[in-house]
Amino acid sequence: VTQRTVTLRDRRRRDRLRNLAFMSPWLLGTGLFFLYPLVATVYFSFMKYDGFTPPVWTGIGNWSYVFHVYPFFWPALRNTIWLVLVVVTLRVLFGLAVGLLIVKIKRGTGVFRTLFYAPSLAPPVAATMAFAFLLNPGSGPVDTILGRLGLPQPGWFNDPSWSKPALTLMALWGIGDLMIIFMASLLDVPREQYEAAELDGAGAVARFRFVTLPNISPILVFAAVTGVIQAMQYYTEPLIAGKVASGQIGGSGQQIEPGYPDKSTLTLPQLVYNLGFQRFDTGAACVVALVLFAMAMVFAAMLMRRGHGFLTAED
Amino acid sequence: MPRPHRTVVGTSVAILIALTGTACTGGTGGGATDNPNKETTITFWHGWSAPSEIAAIKATVDAFEAKFPKIHVKVVANITDDKINQALRAGGPSAPDVVSSFTTDNVGEFCSSKVFADLTPFLEKSGINAEKTFPAALLDYTRYKDDQCTLPLLSDAYGLYYNKDAFKAAGIASPPKTLSEFKADAIKLTKSKGDTYTQLGFMPDFHGYETTMSHYAALWGPHYFDSSGKSIAASDPAITAMFTWQKAMVDTLGGFAKLEKFRSTFGDEFSSKNPFMTGQVAMSMDGEWRAGMIDDANIHLNYGVAPFPVPDDQASTYGKGYISGTVVGIASTSEKQNAAWEFVKYLTTDTQAVVNFSNAIHNIPSTEAALVSPDVDQDPSVKAFVDIARNPNSNTTPSSPNGGAYQLTLQDVGYGYESGKVTDLQSALQKADQQIDADIAQAQ
Repeated sequence: VTQRTVTLRDRRRRDRLRNLAFMSPWLLGTGLFFLYPLVATVYFSFMKYDGFTPPVWTGIGNWSYVFHVYPFFWPALRNTIWLVLVVVTLRVLFGLAVGLLIVKIKRGTGVFRTLFYAPSLAPPVAATMAFAFLLNPGSGPVDTILGRLGLPQPGWFNDPSWSKPALTLMALWGIGDLMIIFMASLLDVPREQYEAAELDGAGAVARFRFVTLPNISPILVFAAVTGVIQAMQYYTEPLIAGKVASGQIGGSGQQIEPGYPDKSTLTLPQLVYNLGFQRFDTGAACVVALVLFAMAMVFAAMLMRRGHGFLTAED
Repeated sequence: MPRPHRTVVGTSVAILIALTGTACTGGTGGGATDNPNKETTITFWHGWSAPSEIAAIKATVDAFEAKFPKIHVKVVANITDDKINQALRAGGPSAPDVVSSFTTDNVGEFCSSKVFADLTPFLEKSGINAEKTFPAALLDYTRYKDDQCTLPLLSDAYGLYYNKDAFKAAGIASPPKTLSEFKADAIKLTKSKGDTYTQLGFMPDFHGYETTMSHYAALWGPHYFDSSGKSIAASDPAITAMFTWQKAMVDTLGGFAKLEKFRSTFGDEFSSKNPFMTGQVAMSMDGEWRAGMIDDANIHLNYGVAPFPVPDDQASTYGKGYISGTVVGIASTSEKQNAAWEFVKYLTTDTQAVVNFSNAIHNIPSTEAALVSPDVDQDPSVKAFVDIARNPNSNTTPSSPNGGAYQLTLQDVGYGYESGKVTDLQSALQKADQQIDADIAQAQ
């Protein structure tokens, strides 16, 4: 009996070791690139650390500073939430609409696909600078046309109430990535289901509601979740837009105003970089990073629960 | 599924905690123990990028290497302050030994974080009296408290550029010397057309490139902090007077909305589309480099330079202006600090080296001896800025442990006040004082 027990224990140990060996690439990756940074971020959020001298415990000092004193945190948080809610929603709706339109087109499909997809290939910095030029309130072609038509000429990137809508416009212009995904999923919906629905007397709206949507719901959830993650990482476009519009892009040695105009283009990732790698206030930067992490978790969990994850109704 | 073994979990957590505790802690090692007479190569990082500037650096380095044949200098150009801060913290063999920065506002941060070595022992060893060698304003922005962690490497002075043709057309005989004369001239030079301008006398907005809070405030001689380091913007009459004057200028010249709309038509500050160079504005506050840029652009602009006008009640101080510049220091992680010092000493105190370098890149010399050297460029525009730099009333912004964050906070008050969003200036300045003190406390 003893011999059999020992053998069984040995086998279990061997099994465990083998399992661990198979899991080791994942364990190593997750440990190094997720768990360690996460634990380190939590640790440093309670420390005063400038990247040069050893860290010193400060308790909740950094948390209190970020939430109660740091003047850029709340505007950046509001802007980030605005971008998540408005830009992600509009991008998903617009991407779906363009996808539906493209699959319906009979002639010149290739041209339209290329036209809608091409902007998403533009480098963010170049695209933002081009938009800042196009939307320039004094001399930009868009405002010139609006003026000739007798329409209001917004300040776009120079006006706090128009800067985020201008960023939204730019995000919609680069809808190509989502359009391709939606187009593929729309083409994947079984034709028989549409035919059956038509036989049952379903109109266009009913077919979309009861056939298209259930089939593409995992793609909608995917688009929303990845959109939320992208919106949380929104850095380059608002930073460049603010710098170009404020005229401070070429200045060396200048104090740069964050989030021009009036902090309206400030996002949380900009704060993480500013605090962490310009002011070297690692503790405060970690607090902002943890807020971003918590927000991403909450938004992703809400979307995954409501949208039944990445599974279709049939799955 | 079997639970992970306790030992595995325990070991992992221990490793994580150990890694966390030691993560990214750059060393403060280095020191001045190297022999500068031994064959060695030091690395010098700087931010200049234009071909003429790179050539000037090369000429300076060549002259140094001829004088100190055993010290070789490896030059790395186009370096920003972000890169400097990150590299000095990371350390390692690729990190620089000598570093220069355009951002004098960051000196407080460089000194207080100890990423730059204190140069006081080196100055003493070489018998250099910093107070006698460098103008007072330049010494102010190169140190934090008693830590002289950088030295001035050329300087920038700010003055008034004016379009002589526009002055003649408006019947103005000479550049204004007081702010009331300046206001009257700006009005005369402004030509409105509907909701825009065909020519603006002066762009007073805080976003008008060099018309920043600190550059304006220098005309009043402000005090940003008291002796204990507390922010006193609200109680300093100079700062209140500056904001009040600037707001009055904005209102007089057409109002914030109209000026901002016109400002959005301006080209890049550091290009030939600069509004003063295109004739969009007739007067401009700018640094000495603009004269070189105008000459290089070959646009035949008939311009003059003068000190910026001063407040009427300080008319006797006419000739002063805001002073800034480039700073140079030694990385505290450097293992070759003695050799690095020889290079820094040459760059900053050798009169001929300073003069040659300033002439080559159209900057102002940064030592007392170089400022009076007959070899300094005798072009009238250069001379005007040399005089501003030498003026005893010229001043700069004090260094702070969190760099120029306090200037941004005050500038933010200015943005609100000029646009009309802030109406109670005193209350806004009091809040700014609290914010500045809290930010500095967080940085210390």
